Amino acid sequence: MSGSMDKKKMLSRSGTGRSAFVSVLAALLCILIGLVCGYLVLLAINAEHAWADGFVRILKGGFYDAPYGVGRTLANAAPLVMTGLSVAFAFKTGLFNIGAAGQYTLGAYGALYCAIVLHLPWYVGLIASAVLGGLWGAIPGLFKAYLNINEVITSIMFNWIGLYLVNEIIYGNGTGVMYDSRNTRTWNLRRMEGAEGVTIPDFGLNDMFQTNSTTIAIFLSIVVAILIWVILDKTTFGYELKAVGLNKHAARYAGINEKKNLVLSMVIAGALAGFGAGLYYLSGVSEWNPLNSTTLPAMGFNGISVALLASSNPIGTIFSALFISHITVGGSFLSTRYYPTEVADLISGIIIYLCAFSMLFRGKIAKLLSGGKRADKSGEKEG
Amino acid sequence: MLLLIKYTLLYGIVLMLVALGGMFSEHSGIINIALEGIMVIGGVAGVLALTLLPASMPAWMIVVVSILAAAVAGMVYSLLLAFASINLKADQTIGGTALNLLATAVAVVLSKYFSESGSAKLNYSNRPFLFNIGGLELSVFVPLGLVLLVISFVVMYKTRLGLRLRACGEHPQAAASVGINVYKMRYTGVLISGALGAIGGMAYIVPPVQTWNFEVGVAGAGFLALAVMIFGQWKPFHIFGAAMFFAVFKSLANIADSTFLANLGWSSNIYNMMPFIASMIILAFTSKNSMAPKAEGIPYDKGSR
Repeated sequence: MSGSMDKKKMLSRSGTGRSAFVSVLAALLCILIGLVCGYLVLLAINAEHAWADGFVRILKGGFYDAPYGVGRTLANAAPLVMTGLSVAFAFKTGLFNIGAAGQYTLGAYGALYCAIVLHLPWYVGLIASAVLGGLWGAIPGLFKAYLNINEVITSIMFNWIGLYLVNEIIYGNGTGVMYDSRNTRTWNLRRMEGAEGVTIPDFGLNDMFQTNSTTIAIFLSIVVAILIWVILDKTTFGYELKAVGLNKHAARYAGINEKKNLVLSMVIAGALAGFGAGLYYLSGVSEWNPLNSTTLPAMGFNGISVALLASSNPIGTIFSALFISHITVGGSFLSTRYYPTEVADLISGIIIYLCAFSMLFRGKIAKLLSGGKRADKSGEKEG
Repeated sequence: MLLLIKYTLLYGIVLMLVALGGMFSEHSGIINIALEGIMVIGGVAGVLALTLLPASMPAWMIVVVSILAAAVAGMVYSLLLAFASINLKADQTIGGTALNLLATAVAVVLSKYFSESGSAKLNYSNRPFLFNIGGLELSVFVPLGLVLLVISFVVMYKTRLGLRLRACGEHPQAAASVGINVYKMRYTGVLISGALGAIGGMAYIVPPVQTWNFEVGVAGAGFLALAVMIFGQWKPFHIFGAAMFFAVFKSLANIADSTFLANLGWSSNIYNMMPFIASMIILAFTSKNSMAPKAEGIPYDKGSR
């Protein structure tokens, strides 16, 4: 589906400090335009309250109700870093992982099964979620490698298959062991009997932020982000993966098993998304609702935003996930009397749309920086 | 049985309309993964038109105006895709995905703004859209869809526009060399897909129920339509057949509780899963001889050979 140009742009990112600087500037520009559009929407809905009750609350994000809000931002950012990494990792290897939502769903099942049914400690649950996510990611990879079916279409189909499957198993016609029929959700991990150690430890973070779901998940996700950066940029394995993404024929010519690498990339991407679900549900941020079979977990799609905003840089995903989480939490603090909380989603939607052609901004910025004399050739072409 | 036919027709027409939209876009060379979002936008525009139009209006006029409102909204929204992927040469899949995410947010904000309750649920009357033939209750979208199917076929294969459109999707440089304006053709393709996708979105939402919660969007129908289009090999009548095939499964999910199927004890989740699994199996078998337009997904660059 995507041309060679697109793959080139995904790879050229890792380069010099200057290109990273340009990427950051382009992302900031996207954010700025998105925020301005959001402000205009607020003005259009209710001009009187747009600034103080609307825009400022979104900008303040979790700080509007600190420290509780900040804790929430961090709790939501952890899985976002992971789904962002999942999409970014696939981008780097020339694949578009739109299936993060489905892999996340399977990951959630793995984590919850370990916690609720088997009462296993949290780290086992995290591994299970990564394994199941990876399995779900392997399917589009196999379809792509052996049947040459585009990973985008397969991922989309398996998103829905995964959702229905997990809902069916958890709900089990209302009799599922993981299903708490009183709350129409899975059992609350913190109030469940015999559930010591199934949730991720918080080391006092919950007291600090006055929340009950701020755990070390965010630090775990940062560690994984750094790990992914090392794998992609500092190891032969990462080099091979990127080479396949760049040009699979050339990679094969160079002696790289391109089919194996393609499947592996998808497995890793899936595992990352699944791990994110583990971080979220084992922190007890919320419970799974198996009766919701019409919407896929938003976390998966927001991962695409995170990855795009970060130009697929693993370290960048940490910051962009924090940002997306920040304005989403900010949106939830909007007074529903005046504004729908989805204004924050609107802003992040606009930002991603802009990111889709941010290469253009990048080219322009690079040109400006070099005084307009020497146009950044690569930046131009990428646009 | 009548119920099965009814649901199959209702849902099949939706899938067909949206897949036809995708077909026009892809034949011009633009992958339209934003169909899901376009459906949502068309749905919210059509439903808003329905709620805002005065009840004193004649029924046929309400139908025409609200469908037109949906189509226009879909075309405007698809301009965003066209602009990003044609003028700015952005990655079409990513641009489309962004538009899908944006569409739900837009729809929720709009519906919350206009609904009395402040929730994303809009109430409307679907009476003007329904009619009866021999005990079979159908919506106006069924005949409309069939007419649009025939028109699509004629436009695509019997007119100059269709030929030019397809040329731009197969080999834009060659098309340009004989004086065809590739940009214009691609815009045309995307705009048609916007209109058809939006009408499909409205056809998905309006006939079966009288209230819709826009937080759920259209639950993957747009993506399923993409699979229908691929299964239909980018050809109008094949798409019609594929759409009906998929719709049968969906209708089974709808009637599973009330008919002999209840004895099987399968939940609706299983039936809902079926079209997706079926599409994967079919794709696996048909992928080797795909009839996809050759230049789809590749931004048109005047200079490249």
